[in-house]
Amino acid sequence: MMEAVTSPLGGLRARGVSMASAAVVYVLLLAAAVTLLVGSLESTRFATLTVSGVAVGAAYGSLALALVLIYRATHVVNFAQGELGMATTYVAYQLIQWGLSYWEAFFATLAIAFVLGAAIQTLLIRPVQHRSVIGAVIVTVGLFILIDGIVNWIWGSGIRFLRSPFGGGSFDVGGVQIQHLYVGMFGVVFACVVLVWALFRVTKLGLGMRAAALRPAAAALVGVRVEWMLALGWGLAAVLGAVAGLMYEPTQLFLTPTLMQQALVFAFAAAVLGGLESPGGAMVGGLAIGVFLELLAGYLPQVVSLEVPFAFAVLLAILLVKPAGLFGRREVSRV
Amino acid sequence: MRRHLPALVSLIVVAGVLSVLPFTLSSYNVALAAQVGILFIAVLGLNILTGYTGQISIGHGAFMAIGGYTTAVMSRDHNTNLVVTMLMAFAICFAVGLLVGLPALRLSGVYLALATFALAVSVPQIPLQYSTFLGGSGGVQSSRTVSNLWLYTAAWTCSAILFVLAWLILRGRIGRAFRAVRDSEIAAVASGVELPVYKTLAFGISAAYAGVAGSLFVLATNGFAQPTEFDVFLSLQILIGAAVAGLGSLWGVLVGAAFVGLLPQVSTSVPLIGAEHGRDVVFGAAVILIMLLLPGGFAGLLARLRRLARA
Repeated sequence: MMEAVTSPLGGLRARGVSMASAAVVYVLLLAAAVTLLVGSLESTRFATLTVSGVAVGAAYGSLALALVLIYRATHVVNFAQGELGMATTYVAYQLIQWGLSYWEAFFATLAIAFVLGAAIQTLLIRPVQHRSVIGAVIVTVGLFILIDGIVNWIWGSGIRFLRSPFGGGSFDVGGVQIQHLYVGMFGVVFACVVLVWALFRVTKLGLGMRAAALRPAAAALVGVRVEWMLALGWGLAAVLGAVAGLMYEPTQLFLTPTLMQQALVFAFAAAVLGGLESPGGAMVGGLAIGVFLELLAGYLPQVVSLEVPFAFAVLLAILLVKPAGLFGRREVSRV
Repeated sequence: MRRHLPALVSLIVVAGVLSVLPFTLSSYNVALAAQVGILFIAVLGLNILTGYTGQISIGHGAFMAIGGYTTAVMSRDHNTNLVVTMLMAFAICFAVGLLVGLPALRLSGVYLALATFALAVSVPQIPLQYSTFLGGSGGVQSSRTVSNLWLYTAAWTCSAILFVLAWLILRGRIGRAFRAVRDSEIAAVASGVELPVYKTLAFGISAAYAGVAGSLFVLATNGFAQPTEFDVFLSLQILIGAAVAGLGSLWGVLVGAAFVGLLPQVSTSVPLIGAEHGRDVVFGAAVILIMLLLPGGFAGLLARLRRLARA
């Protein structure tokens, strides 16, 4: 096997270099966390912005995690992920309209999202994914447009209101007002992420899913139903997307079909920042982007319309230094 | 010569049909046909980059925006001849494309796709910040508007010139280098292809095509350049056009451009769903179906038919 590491130092030395740079990444992240903590202790305004940034960032992270799950399993970037989350948020809205309580609707929606995600993989992605990655990506682009059209068709493009499940109150922590909403958002996303992590790490099913993603052929040989595992992975990703949609919605003033389009852009950025293959990286990336954007909007309101370009300029700069993201590994391929 | 005969004949037929078309169509349909010509240029440009050089871009709407704003601003401030502004759009976008190609040397595959996606999202935000020069969300009105027939003629003349240019580029040394980069970067380097030169060149050429398309695109919207016209959907449309056309072949481009240009217009009149949303439902479903049934796009279908005919 020939290693195609672009470094002239060869495989072994390159690995040493990447370990050193991983240490640098951790030191930088630690420094950022300390800065946020010190800043929050110093200034109430800074603390408020950081808290809301963390909460919104958790929603970005959840959506980014959904992208990463699918990317790891099938090397497909799912452009429809955000629209799926938006559509399932509408489903929850409809269920509540029909008289379910918020949390009943929440769990029913997650179940529906799971079935939807698995069905999409089975019916639409499976036939194309072995032929070409770009074909599968185009299918998800088509899905993006299709889902958008269907939601507009059923619910119209007007605004809808979904009551926040956490009420409008806030905690007072040393003079800093922390809204119940933000604590609730972070809590729900965190719980879901831990559950998904546990599923992958602790259960036999999770082992099968990881095997199917990493070595499909070998996994099939030892009896893993690879296609089922991939469908399951898409289902789980859709669940995470639904959680992201439901938790992100209260931070917007109302529910519209464009709910997740901006969020998808930031989730992409978060996933790329974390390295696309790394679930932990996606969460860290989501939090980082959430806090960064919130602080940027809070302290430099004059550049607020350049928020997106600015965020991407930073992202690009990071990618140029570490082309595979903060936690990604450089791919070594056989020639 | 014999080898190129079928291609030459079909080109002459298409050119003949296109030159008769405006005299038989209504003014609205001429505008629609011009729109297809504009998309033809953009899809052709993306195909050079993605189909021939293997570099995915989801950001061609951004290059179109740059080309479009070039035309609108030059026309507004200096009343420049529109053809000159198109040449400027070509040149400026070529330069910007080379610049964007530089990060592409470090990024590959899906990272590049997402970086260009970021470009598509970011560029339409820039006019909002620099509103005195670029008109903010209201947009820039160029000093002149053109008739549908003018637009049709300009769009398809540019298409013809750029098609021949693409063919000339791709058949020779440069095209060979592009394909080598696409098939295996390592093998290409080992055979003496300078990767930085050809990757950035592919980006430059492709962006220049998109720039011309953007310039015409602005003229098609009554000479009005607006940020919302160049949203992410435009970039996705071009990518879909290239996929439907079939990557790595010039022969499907017309079909790909017609698909993305005409289907959303035609499908507004679907029964049952209603005009407004029917467009997205039908267009989205059609994209998925085509990818499921024709994974190689129209060019792939042509190749399969040719094989059948020979067998």
